[in-house]
Amino acid sequence: MIEHLPALMIAVPLFGAFIAPIFKKHYKGVSIWAIIITGITVILSLLLAKEVVTGGIMIYVFGADKPTLVLPSGYSVPIRIMFEVDAMGAFMAISATLMSFVGALYSYSHVEKETGLEKYYSLLMLLEVGILGMVLTGDLFNLFVFLEIAGIAGSALVGFRNYRGEASEAGIKYLIVSAVASLMVLFAIGILYGQYGNLNLAYIARNISLNLVDMIALGLLFTSFAMKCGAVPMHYWVPDAYTEVPAGINPPLLVATYASLYALFRVSFTLFANIVVDLARVGWIMSILGVLTMFIGVTMALVQKDVKRLMSYHAISQTGYMLLGVGVGLTVLHDPSKLAEFGRDAMAGGVFHIINHIIYKSLLLMTAGALFYVTGTRNLNEMGGLARKMPVTTISFMVGAAAISGLPPFNGFASKLLIYETSYRLNPLLTVFAMVTSVLTLASFVKVFASAFLGPPLEKFENTKEVPRPMIIAMIILAALCIIFGLFPNIVLDKLVYPAVDALINFAQYHSWGGLA
Amino acid sequence: MSFTLTTPSGFWNPILWLVFLALFSIIAYLIYSRGNPSYKKDTEQIKPYLSGNQEPTKEKIQVKAGDIYWGFIEALKEYYKVLQAIHTGDMRDYILWYLGVGAIITFILIGGV
Repeated sequence: MIEHLPALMIAVPLFGAFIAPIFKKHYKGVSIWAIIITGITVILSLLLAKEVVTGGIMIYVFGADKPTLVLPSGYSVPIRIMFEVDAMGAFMAISATLMSFVGALYSYSHVEKETGLEKYYSLLMLLEVGILGMVLTGDLFNLFVFLEIAGIAGSALVGFRNYRGEASEAGIKYLIVSAVASLMVLFAIGILYGQYGNLNLAYIARNISLNLVDMIALGLLFTSFAMKCGAVPMHYWVPDAYTEVPAGINPPLLVATYASLYALFRVSFTLFANIVVDLARVGWIMSILGVLTMFIGVTMALVQKDVKRLMSYHAISQTGYMLLGVGVGLTVLHDPSKLAEFGRDAMAGGVFHIINHIIYKSLLLMTAGALFYVTGTRNLNEMGGLARKMPVTTISFMVGAAAISGLPPFNGFASKLLIYETSYRLNPLLTVFAMVTSVLTLASFVKVFASAFLGPPLEKFENTKEVPRPMIIAMIILAALCIIFGLFPNIVLDKLVYPAVDALINFAQYHSWGGLA
Repeated sequence: MSFTLTTPSGFWNPILWLVFLALFSIIAYLIYSRGNPSYKKDTEQIKPYLSGNQEPTKEKIQVKAGDIYWGFIEALKEYYKVLQAIHTGDMRDYILWYLGVGAIITFILIGGV
């Protein structure tokens, strides 16, 4: 069964998604079904990660047992859809399955009063399928297909509360942005297919000649994935989408955003890794986009009064750290001494920050969802004194806020420390921006804490009480992960992050399908 | 099991940090416990003195989120004016930004800069 894990990762949530509509009008049934299915995918992703970390790249060819199949005509390039799972893909798969599970658990109570829940959970599992497909596939066209699945499911979920005008608007915006990005990705894939007659990522990467047309394809792919991951100045869709989507969908939607970041890294490191001269240029573009993203994101967050919108701007800001960390690594990828000195650690910081951010931002957005659930508003001006009424939410918020601000000993600190130290080696100015952003992040969350949780108890919230248990459990799981990842950063780095980084750096291994070619 | 994370320029040990945190918390508590002993909780002492005026309702005295960091935002008014101007919420602008950035990045990549 182990060899079929990559296919099962897609098949299980896909099966779950298509079965979910059967539970129409059985709200509890469909919720529990989604929790079970997403729980199974968590186990599958852990098994997959174990297999990849111990045994190296895992290849799964649909309809054949190896990628080097030769047709009777002598045609010897890969002709089938292929999944190629390296440690980076496995790392992203764990993030996707874990957040889908936590999201399903949180949704059990959070959306219980909504109608059409069979569609909600079906879309949640389809979103998971889209993300998993994007991070596991080794085929460019397949990447486009899964990008579309994730985009369509995501936009439907953003607009799920369609009785709210803002939700419908945000859903349509997300759909258009996704469609435009996907269209340009498809165009770039067409350019590459036209030249090399193949869609396999490793095959194209090996044969790419890096001519003018290829560089245009790189530009299109780079910009499209940068927009999908919310890089400034193409981030405008993020606050709309993250604010309006039900809080239980925020965790998988965050991972969907970072699946695009993964695609950006995959394109830069795997597909175009052989551009020796220009790779530093790509790295610098990524680093500068990162700094812009973090600074503009945080300054916009500081002036927000809507608690979810504020946190959404922070999601943009934190993406900047990932771009900066990995951008620094990419800049020195072809300089072995600098790569060993700080490049690898910079990338580790960036990649580690992906999972850290997914955990604490999901936690924070869930606390915002809890505030909305209890008070019926997202406006911070109308909240106050809720710490006494919602102690678990308050503590969860404090853990998340400390983690996102990079306070020790929470998980955000370790990844930010690596990013600060390594970006300093490339250019100290990058570090200054990164540190100022952290200070402003803390200031911004102090504002949320002071206005929503502190202050005298307000009369209108006299009868409010803590959110239901499933929501509490989901928040506690994430808060615990913030603490565990913060206390044992070296273990997470050694077991999960450095293998993922090495998979990106050792692109030759990916190009040869783990040594099969 | 090692708790130490080695970074390019040093190391980070969260357990060591927690030990110091506990130590400093004890020192802080000792200072706190030497505070004014005449303080009594839940008595007239804790009521605010407003020159004989009646205490306003809790809603009125609460500091609203919109008032926090007023000075900071005021000082950066011009910067925020620009930021707010580009955050139009108009879908056409989103696509224009994408096209603009895409053109610049592609231009740099094909060797224009």
